[in-house]
Amino acid sequence: MTDSTDVLNMLKIVYTIYTVSVMLLIAWFAFGVMSPKGKPRIVKPSIFYGYVGVLVTVGVAIHIVTFNKIPWVEIDFKRDHITPDKVVNIVVKDHHFELPQKRIIAQCQEYVLFDVDSKDLTYGFGLFRQNNSMVLQMQVVPGSSNQLMWKFEKNGVYSIRSTEYSGPKGAYIYYENAFEVQGCETNDKYAMRKVQHERS
Amino acid sequence: MSVLKTLLHGNEGGLNAQGLTAVQKVTLRAVIVGVLYYGLAAIEGMMMRAQQITPLPFIDESHYFSIMTVHPIVGIFGSTYLLVFGAFTFLVPYLMNKPLYSVKIANWTWILIAVGALSSWLGGFIYHYAPLYTLYWPLPVDFKQYNAVGGLVFVGGIALIMFGTIGFIYNIFATVFYTEKGHEKRPIKPLLISALGIDGFLNILYKMQGKEPYAKEPAVSLPVVAIFRGTIDTFLDALVILTCGILILIYIFAELAGVPMDYTSVNALLYKNFFWWGLDLIADGLVLIYVAGTWYLLAMLITGKKLFMQNIARAALLLELVVSWFVWSHHLLADQGQPNMMKLVSGEMVTAFELVTQGIAVFITLVTLWSARPLKMSNELKFLLAGILGFMLAVPAGILQADMGLNRVLHNTQWIVGPHVHVAILVGLSMTLYSALYTLWPIVTNNVKLYSQKLANIHFWGQLIGGIGMGAFMGMAAMDGMLRRTLYINGEYETYMILAGICGFMLIVAWVCFLVNVIMSIGLNGLLRIFTKTTLDTTACVPALKTV
Repeated sequence: MTDSTDVLNMLKIVYTIYTVSVMLLIAWFAFGVMSPKGKPRIVKPSIFYGYVGVLVTVGVAIHIVTFNKIPWVEIDFKRDHITPDKVVNIVVKDHHFELPQKRIIAQCQEYVLFDVDSKDLTYGFGLFRQNNSMVLQMQVVPGSSNQLMWKFEKNGVYSIRSTEYSGPKGAYIYYENAFEVQGCETNDKYAMRKVQHERS
Repeated sequence: MSVLKTLLHGNEGGLNAQGLTAVQKVTLRAVIVGVLYYGLAAIEGMMMRAQQITPLPFIDESHYFSIMTVHPIVGIFGSTYLLVFGAFTFLVPYLMNKPLYSVKIANWTWILIAVGALSSWLGGFIYHYAPLYTLYWPLPVDFKQYNAVGGLVFVGGIALIMFGTIGFIYNIFATVFYTEKGHEKRPIKPLLISALGIDGFLNILYKMQGKEPYAKEPAVSLPVVAIFRGTIDTFLDALVILTCGILILIYIFAELAGVPMDYTSVNALLYKNFFWWGLDLIADGLVLIYVAGTWYLLAMLITGKKLFMQNIARAALLLELVVSWFVWSHHLLADQGQPNMMKLVSGEMVTAFELVTQGIAVFITLVTLWSARPLKMSNELKFLLAGILGFMLAVPAGILQADMGLNRVLHNTQWIVGPHVHVAILVGLSMTLYSALYTLWPIVTNNVKLYSQKLANIHFWGQLIGGIGMGAFMGMAAMDGMLRRTLYINGEYETYMILAGICGFMLIVAWVCFLVNVIMSIGLNGLLRIFTKTTLDTTACVPALKTV
């Protein structure tokens, strides 16, 4: 099952290839535009319109591909019609997250609804692995519904961090190992180190 | 000539400030102050870079975030706005071959923006007022964390910047439409149709119907069309920022008067939509439109040829303007209260059109250059190509983060500010502006010779490698989960931050080389005399083109 590590690894590969290609293209152009060899060719309008077609296709295709390949997009769209297996209610006030338990436990494959309510400022809510990589996040806006539904497919222990700036007092809003997923056949290898340490 | 003599009097006699027109002087004033503010923004950036490598004892949280708050204000308004407004204040009358509507307004424009940026900077420096440029409600009025007087100084500065901006807008629109003394009456309708780019659409339509073109010679040249269009977004953006500023000021005054107001009276999500609608008109509106127009102008000046597919370019600029009004929701993809349909249509689909409009600008500019080969790799050309490269990297990075799937793990990470924002500004925008500067240099300074090509080369490579490198390492840190507004004190991303810091240092070196080159070219004497009154009795842009 695809998780944020897979998505970001793929993004890293795709964007690196793109970046190198574009830099090579401009370098080739720079040498070519100085070269006195050959006559400048007139670019036909059909090439231009073909190029515009490619841009439109790429712009739309990105979203179609991610909708089909990234699992949390569809869940996010349908979250109003899915009954959550577990609701995690969190209240935030004065730069403090009031968690329902010190460590919240969720079972594998459950639909977990994170419902975060801010009583004062705009915050962020994010889950992070042991290596600090991000699993998910949302903005927590006061006076608004801040609900994010997620389905976990791997075991792991995650930390909660505010992903949005809420003033200097909120610079270190961080709850270590505050969320755990159990009961899966596979482990999230980047979220397991502390578990092994604690159990040993 | 000794170095000291060159420093005082410039290269080969330097700048003869007495031979400058009022328009040349006001342009140079704005540009010089803009370049100095760029240096301040770069130093602030390096302070934050250093703090991200290892916590510095003299920078605590409130100091760090106040630097983060004023950094974009100084960089965008103090530097970029002044550079762009200065250049366009010269270009619009120059390209339309008519006098600037008002030199006085142009002077007030740069003074208000410069003083406003200074005031906002002081709000951060002295009072540590730090709600960041995003001003998410109710953070700007959270007086448990911030001093209300600091807020007054900061927001008052922003208001001054916006008043200066409105002065620029008025001056540009007036210059396009007014009829100068001694000239036959200029009808407004064809000017307006041309300035909006409607003639481009009509020409395409007429061609498809087999008719003669609507306008063989458009009333307004293409770069002026871009400036006009971008300025519409500049106006809307100024209105929104001023409105939010007034709202914040009301709360500040109430606090200072001892009658604090309830901040829950303002809906935070609605405010966020309104504010981002306006703020995004800078990033996704006027910047992209101004840049496209500048590329077109530079391509025509460098090649001496007409632009490839002019009508398409005109039409695309109008499309870009309309697109820029409907893309703000990509900033709210992580806001779960925002309706999904708005995220899908505005945040994803309409935003994707920026790939198309910017892609068209890249294609047209490159084809125009290619059609004139062989070209000499001058400073103008190489900075232009680097600027195009910057946007070819930064715009797709933005399109990727404006995806509901990817945004869930990219929002508020270093990806946003690295590969997208800083590559767009430091490589795309800055390199384009430097290209324009090198192109306009002989026209605005009456042919002052550049002091050192070596320094220009170091500036080029330092800016290019530093800008792309810094963006790349910030992007890699983002892939590993590094947020953009969070302090990490346990060395979590130390390696990436050291590498980004080295690239940041290259940017500082590049700026110093550029500054030294400019000062040594024009000389301190010439530099200071730019700020004195012109002795030439002309309304023309340059001494040779007298219109009076």
